[in-house]
Amino acid sequence: MDKLICKCGHENPPGTILCESCGRPLNEQEQSKKLADMRYEGTARRSQTYNKSIIDKIWNFFSSVKIGVGIIVVLLVAAAVGTILPQKQYVPAATDADIEAYYTDIYGSVGTVYHALGFHDLYNSFWFIGLVGMLAISLIIASLDRFVPLYKSLKNQRVLRHSSFMRKQRILAEGPGEADTLKKAEEKLAELKYKVSTDKNGLLAEKGRFSRWGPYINHIGLIIFLFGVMLRMMPGFYVDETLWIREGETRAIPDAPGYVLESKGFTLETYTGEGEEEKFGEAIDRVGTVAKNYQTDVVLYKIPEGALPGDTADMEVVEEHAIRVNQPFKFDGYALYQMDFQQDELKTMSFALQNKETGESRGDLTIDLVNPETTYELEDGSVVELLGYYPDFSGFENGEPQTATPLPKNPGFLVKMTTPDTPDGETSFITIQNTVEPLGDNEYKLAFQGVETRDASGLTVRKDRTLPILGLGGLIFMIGVAQGMYFNHRRFWIQQQADGSILLAGHTNKNWFGLKKDLDQVTEHASLPAYRDQQEDMEAQEKGEGEQLT
Amino acid sequence: MSTEKKRNKKKNRTIMRSVILLLLVAAIGYTIYNSVTADEVEVLKVGDPAPDFTLTDLDGETHKLSDYKGQGVFLNFWGTWCEPCIKEMPAMANQYEVYEDQGVQILAVNIAQSNFEVETFARQYGLNFPIVIDRDKSVMTAYNIRPLPTTMLVNPQGEIQRIVTGEMTEQDIAGFMEEIKPE
Repeated sequence: MDKLICKCGHENPPGTILCESCGRPLNEQEQSKKLADMRYEGTARRSQTYNKSIIDKIWNFFSSVKIGVGIIVVLLVAAAVGTILPQKQYVPAATDADIEAYYTDIYGSVGTVYHALGFHDLYNSFWFIGLVGMLAISLIIASLDRFVPLYKSLKNQRVLRHSSFMRKQRILAEGPGEADTLKKAEEKLAELKYKVSTDKNGLLAEKGRFSRWGPYINHIGLIIFLFGVMLRMMPGFYVDETLWIREGETRAIPDAPGYVLESKGFTLETYTGEGEEEKFGEAIDRVGTVAKNYQTDVVLYKIPEGALPGDTADMEVVEEHAIRVNQPFKFDGYALYQMDFQQDELKTMSFALQNKETGESRGDLTIDLVNPETTYELEDGSVVELLGYYPDFSGFENGEPQTATPLPKNPGFLVKMTTPDTPDGETSFITIQNTVEPLGDNEYKLAFQGVETRDASGLTVRKDRTLPILGLGGLIFMIGVAQGMYFNHRRFWIQQQADGSILLAGHTNKNWFGLKKDLDQVTEHASLPAYRDQQEDMEAQEKGEGEQLT
Repeated sequence: MSTEKKRNKKKNRTIMRSVILLLLVAAIGYTIYNSVTADEVEVLKVGDPAPDFTLTDLDGETHKLSDYKGQGVFLNFWGTWCEPCIKEMPAMANQYEVYEDQGVQILAVNIAQSNFEVETFARQYGLNFPIVIDRDKSVMTAYNIRPLPTTMLVNPQGEIQRIVTGEMTEQDIAGFMEEIKPE
């Protein structure tokens, strides 16, 4: 493409609408318009200038606002589709294969396709991240392509513009002037905080140019925000883990190396509806119980510097803390949230060693289901020996009792009971539902007496080092918005011809009312000719014609 | 403008645009790569140094991984509730008899079970290798173990040679021990 040479002799890049130097319209379409297109000052968007190599073509693709909007629409639609079926973290399946099977089993072929396309884990699917990345590219390139020529154009703008440019501005005044009109106008404009520059017989007054950078600042904020989100994928920046801990347990905190947590107890309090809490009475009557507090009391330990995982001997207490809902325990950049609980898991079981016929008891024993002992000696010399313990008994395989999980949900015990009456001992396999006597009938049995229970707390371990970056991105975003919204770029061009007549044009990127108010003051002070709003004139004319037709 | 100047400008433009595009595409590519690999079990990768730890076995003896430098370590994470773990234990015991003298050490890391359960199990199956109990799951966390059984094969240099998830046959076990046996 060739350069566009204006009548004033200035060479403009191809695609320019208004001459960079004098402001004359450069194509027929623009010439025939009554008002000039002042977007980007009539400069050529850089991408339109060159379109030769493959790099240029890719560049131009991303420079298009239409493409940018298209990507946003696709992202919105994808996010909407992602809400139709549950995301994978809300599906009751753990392994990848189970999750895949779940979608197929529950939702049929729709679920299969949904899973295959990655909708089940939308924010981590490669195409979704790819699209967000393309949006970021589009933001950067489209901004660069518009900002650079706009910046150059505003930086190099000339005071004297061609009369055709001035007459195509929305605010226009033409008429006779005095000898000191320009001087007075300059005074007043300077008083109104305009930056005034003069050249020969003309002046340019400008205010609030920085408002034009608002959208680009805004985009910088968005890019920083997206960068912060991208950092979350890097190891060490973002942790979001679940830790189940039971009362009395000590557990290493996942993804927090060196930190160990002990649970002292979980509490669930409900409102009583009495005394000061009487006001909750109605609600309690309606729904049964109303929770007042979910709390896990914990002790945080730190393994000393240089100590290894598993070396718990020299652990130091960092802090004792009560974790409540919405009151996380914060330490060293981490936060522990009270998220879930499980009440009344079995902790101990008590039995009485009883003679089956007489019912006479030889004493009680309590088995700690978390850490059982091998032998339990009773007062009169009887001994109960634990031969096998299966915390979550799930049946026999090849004659061997099996456990399904390590948690004491359905404990099974293989015991040998020895009493003075039965010195050879009797063997029994006990579960909650029944007792099996594998080696023939016994004289004695363990009669179930009672249980102690404990609660489990579901905690969320979170660390987010990207928050300051997200905050910064958001702040810059808002600064950009304010800059573009609450400030206006106002300009006046005034020229006095040899015969003393005045030509005045005004432009602003928004808030024409404010511009007119400024101009009213200048007009009064410098006795400028009355101005007209050419756009309002045009609208009034169209309306008039419309009324005549009807 | 002379044609040479023009050509230079065009060249600069292409270089500039290529560099910007390349940077952006690289950033996106890296993000996608991270998100795709983040979910997998192996946060530890083959070739990484095996995180050191110290745990106590049933006899009260302390086992520190780095003390076994120069030997291959067959690090097996297990629990009595895990069927495939139980099945591969006797095979491990058999192969331990063959490879112990050749410098391969088995460490079976039980996940936070009681002494009683682990002792009973070891006695029942006649296990001849040291069994340590990871009481607070700190070693499990350090190795990011998800499914059981998982076996980390540590070579004599202390690096992870191979990560095996799921049940192993006796043949597998023999092959793996051969892999980490010192020269």
